[in-house]
Amino acid sequence: MPEHAPSPAKAPAAADAAAAAGAEAPATPLSAGSPAVIRRGLAILGMAIRDEPRTFAVAVAGSSLFGLMMVASSLVLGEIVDRVVLPSFETGRVAVGGLALAAAVLLTVGAVRALGMFVRRLGGGVMTFRLQAAYRRRVTRQYLRLPLSWHQSHPTGLLLSNANADVEASWAPVLPLPFAVGVVATLIAALVVLVATDPLLAGVGCVVFPAFGAFNIFYGRRISPLLSRAQQLRAEVSGLAHESFDGALVVKTMGREADETARFARKADELRAAMVRAGQVRGLFDPVMDALPNIGVLLVLLVGTARISAGSLDVGELVRVAYLFTLLAFPLRAIGWVFGELPRSVVGHRRVSTVLRACGEQRFGSGVMAGHGPVALAVDAVSYTYPRRSVDGRTPAIMAADAAGPLYPALERPVLERPALERVSFEVPAGRVVALAGRTGSGKSTLAGLLVRLYDPDAGAVRIDGVDLSELARGEVAAAASLVPQQAFLFDDTVRANVALGLAVDDAAIWDALARAQADRFVAVLPAGLDTQVGERGTTLSGGQRQRIALARALVRRPRLLVLDDATSSVDPRIESVILTGLRARAGASTVVVVAHRRATIELADDVVYLERGRVAGHGTHRELMVTSPGYAALLSAYDPTGAACGPTGPTYSPTGVDGSPAEDAGLVR
Amino acid sequence: MSTAAVPTPRGGGGGGGGGLAPVPVRPREPLWATLRRIRRLAPEFTAGLPVTLALAAVATAGRVVIPIAVQQTVDRGLLDGRPDLSVVRHAVVGAAVAIMVAALAAYRMNVRLYRMSEAVLATMRIRAFRHIHDLSMLTQSEQRRGAVTSRVTSDVDQMSQFLQFGGMVLLLSTGQMLIATVLMAVYSWPLTVVVYACFIPMAVVVRRFQPRLTRQYLTVRERVGDMLGAISESVVGAAVVRAYGVQARTATRVDTSVDRYRSAQTAAQRLVATVFSAGELVAAGATGAVVVAGVLLGVGGHVSAGKLVAFLFLVTLFVVPLQTLTEMLNEGANAFAGLRRVLDVLDTPQDVPDPGPGGRDLPRGPLTVCFDGVSFAYPGGPLVLHAVDLRIAPGSRVAVVGETGSGKTTLAKLLVRLMDPTAGQVLFAGVPLDRVRFASLRRRVVMVPQDGFLFDVSIADNVRYGRLDATDSDVMDAFAALGLADWITGLADGVLTRVGERGSSLAAGERQLVALARAQIAAPDLLVLDEATSAVDPATEVRLARALGELTRGRTSVTIAHRLSTAESADMVVVVDAGRIVQQGTHAELVGVPGVYQRLHTSWTAGVTGS
Repeated sequence: MPEHAPSPAKAPAAADAAAAAGAEAPATPLSAGSPAVIRRGLAILGMAIRDEPRTFAVAVAGSSLFGLMMVASSLVLGEIVDRVVLPSFETGRVAVGGLALAAAVLLTVGAVRALGMFVRRLGGGVMTFRLQAAYRRRVTRQYLRLPLSWHQSHPTGLLLSNANADVEASWAPVLPLPFAVGVVATLIAALVVLVATDPLLAGVGCVVFPAFGAFNIFYGRRISPLLSRAQQLRAEVSGLAHESFDGALVVKTMGREADETARFARKADELRAAMVRAGQVRGLFDPVMDALPNIGVLLVLLVGTARISAGSLDVGELVRVAYLFTLLAFPLRAIGWVFGELPRSVVGHRRVSTVLRACGEQRFGSGVMAGHGPVALAVDAVSYTYPRRSVDGRTPAIMAADAAGPLYPALERPVLERPALERVSFEVPAGRVVALAGRTGSGKSTLAGLLVRLYDPDAGAVRIDGVDLSELARGEVAAAASLVPQQAFLFDDTVRANVALGLAVDDAAIWDALARAQADRFVAVLPAGLDTQVGERGTTLSGGQRQRIALARALVRRPRLLVLDDATSSVDPRIESVILTGLRARAGASTVVVVAHRRATIELADDVVYLERGRVAGHGTHRELMVTSPGYAALLSAYDPTGAACGPTGPTYSPTGVDGSPAEDAGLVR
Repeated sequence: MSTAAVPTPRGGGGGGGGGLAPVPVRPREPLWATLRRIRRLAPEFTAGLPVTLALAAVATAGRVVIPIAVQQTVDRGLLDGRPDLSVVRHAVVGAAVAIMVAALAAYRMNVRLYRMSEAVLATMRIRAFRHIHDLSMLTQSEQRRGAVTSRVTSDVDQMSQFLQFGGMVLLLSTGQMLIATVLMAVYSWPLTVVVYACFIPMAVVVRRFQPRLTRQYLTVRERVGDMLGAISESVVGAAVVRAYGVQARTATRVDTSVDRYRSAQTAAQRLVATVFSAGELVAAGATGAVVVAGVLLGVGGHVSAGKLVAFLFLVTLFVVPLQTLTEMLNEGANAFAGLRRVLDVLDTPQDVPDPGPGGRDLPRGPLTVCFDGVSFAYPGGPLVLHAVDLRIAPGSRVAVVGETGSGKTTLAKLLVRLMDPTAGQVLFAGVPLDRVRFASLRRRVVMVPQDGFLFDVSIADNVRYGRLDATDSDVMDAFAALGLADWITGLADGVLTRVGERGSSLAAGERQLVALARAQIAAPDLLVLDEATSAVDPATEVRLARALGELTRGRTSVTIAHRLSTAESADMVVVVDAGRIVQQGTHAELVGVPGVYQRLHTSWTAGVTGS
């Protein structure tokens, strides 16, 4: 079988098994062999050739060389039988010269054939890998270019899949493409040889070769939906296993092992049945593909013998044709491979194109921030609504792209029907500390993002020192304002690189920032200090440690506006209090906006902006708001139902899973 | 995006992830030993094997029909310049029938093999799944969960894919080479020697190549991982990348990793192309050698022209198997490694076993809980509990408090027998916990973990994890009993609301509410609560407090407390410090005495005022 293994069973775009779990069957699957899919698929191949014309030309040249040499070797063999073998056998004398020549010619043809094969295989590979690499770069560039609001309307799993599995799928038919194109050349050469040899034998070829094509199309149409179904079920089995093991503690403590196993067994059995159904078709392929050329050879023998007895053919020519059929049997499959990959390619390419065509880049002005020191912040009638996102996390465009393939559920955020922020206005004088308070979903984090222009308001404006953020040149906002988000994100790099993040600062400045973020002590005892690799997304550190490094990253920049979005939620309250007190003490260096979840944090601020359902429901000092805003007073007292002094989560003296606490007490298992 | 889809690069399946720690993966178990283990687990493996093998024999025999037909035609039908059409016709008709029969046999064999292998794999998958659930939380801890999950998913999938696409080829290729050899030996053994003399060096070279190829595929897999990591930074870190304006830096990293992946792929492809081309070259050499040797032998009368021509056809039967050997062996080795990992999971002993039918049921009525000299150490670690003695009276509400790492969570885990003590005993109503049947234990003792894990089904179905036969109205009653009727009716679909993946359509506090209802409907005699510390909405906080009060009313409850109020309202506070119970008593008794509790209390109140 596989020069290029037929890979229809390999993960299509939704290989992210967990992401595809629970997905429903696609609404209107494109039929695999439909003319529309084939047309679209061929157009994609055309694009591939336009993108990599030289590699393609080289690979096809190799492939054609291989094919022509294959036809040549059958000619040579026929000649050898006629001129060397049979005469020697008849006369009983070895024509040494002829024999040596025959061997030399066979070897030469073989060597050229091997060369052709090498060039073809390597060329096909290089072309495919280059296309994949180019598109991965383009897709990632697009991820970096598109605004955050676009990211928020697309699930992470989908985007990763677009850059990886979908790109791979869209260029999958390119790998066997040079071979298939070469085979066409080979077939033409073979037909010429056949016609030149004997028209009747050529007739046999004209029956057998199209039969190959017909069977391939038939097979592709039958197997394709079966394999998609199996792939779908494989993802579901995987999703179920993931969920069940994640919930192992519940399963175990409730004694539900047997029921869980029964649930899993049902799904596993569905998958088994689907695989067997696919196997019943799949099992047909090799026997038929083997039998067809053999039947052809037998026909050749029958017809050929008749022609020999009629005197219009000799034995050498018969051997030549029979050998040709045997040799061609394998390469003919290459055409099948290309067509077999087309449906997957079409789906993958459509998904990738959706990303590449997405628009909505943030525009930048030419403004430059003057001066230094803290900035005055003005939020002026700002409204913001999150981009619509259907319940299963797909935008309409993705749903259209998904019509032919598995779906992505991955609900990451409940759908917001109302605007996240509505005509929010307030001002923060330079150097002040203001707290944003409000219940979950009141719009605090959204507002924090707008302050550093992660996205643009639908209406209204955010100004620093009187300049609208959207009028500033690229990079200006990042230079002036730093946001520390709730989810500390660390890059897979050293502690130093994570803090500096491209900024030219010396180690002293980094240590100073770490100290202010209360991170210097644990960094100092890390195996390689500042040079310690933090692992992918900082997995070697605890949640609280990650947050403190993320905080140091902001502090090292000496931002003129510092926005903390619940940036110390995983930090031990005592350490958090030291950090915030430190920030407070240096107030005046930066204007600080802090999203607060603890009463202690709120009390550090000069002012509080109290948000309710996306609107400013109160603005003043903590004491003022306690009196003037019943909602605010209720929120603060709800933090502390007994009336005693209690933080929002109760006084938490052992926040779990933070600050390098031993795994033992990091909550039970999760 | 828990499992990023690492594509199996051509010919190399992803076999990453070590086995479970307790049983090291057997380094080089012989193939037959693995096969015997499979048979023990899944008897389907060898069911009907004789028939399948017979079909395989017929199928592979079909591969030599053409060379024989050609030989017969040339030797008997054509030679001496007088073609004998009837001989040829007979040969052709016979061959055609043989080919049809062989194709049919091959098809039947394929289907039987698929059916058998998928049945075996499904059985193994299901048994491994159950076995993993039966392992203790120590063995299937969070760190290992990814690896464990892949035992019942990707490891089995890989095996299945290998069987459907590579295994058959490997099997038939071997058979094809065998039968071709037999036929060649019958025709002419000296020529057979010539053919082997050409292909054996090739086989040796291919074998040598395989480790290089395996290493290269490993590199490819590693670089896929790197690349996915880099790409995910541009997606997961989208906010930070924008907030700090580091697009260029991220792009460079992506470009580097993409290029490194591409060059690894290309290197692997070059190796494969080399092996295949070498195969072509050797095939040409073998053909030439057969012609030369055949003519020399034929002149001496040792071989007929037809047999010589048949040899030329037979040589082609060797080429493809040898060319694909490297990749197939590579894929096969990966698939088998995955298979062994699955088997190793099944061989991992249950470290916290159910005493089964020989065990005892807990007596009816309230339970007295006793810790009798209980010590515990995690495998390979120091003692985290030191000879703890504790008695909990029926119906009392106990709060366990202590610093992070004091051992209080370990105490709770021992209480619900998520693990067994290293020394000493936990006794319920005088019965040692490891003698109590799980069925009885799990019905009477329920734990509510910190993060109330929810399954992606309706709220009612999630609550039913507590009691399978509960009706929707039972579920509703459970919420009502906890004072949560208003919350549940406020949801769009009430108890039928779907909670989304891992409960993501509910807020963290709401997930805890469902977890409490789950415990309520289970109606346990002993309740073990790991109090959540995550921040929740104040309104939910109030609901939670009320529901907890209702849930623990009239029950023995042990709470790992993080809140001052919990300790204050408990009947007894147990203070754990450095693995020992250092204080015991009511809040009122303890708060005035200098000691650990007073210190904790001070720290709580300090955290509150924010000074």
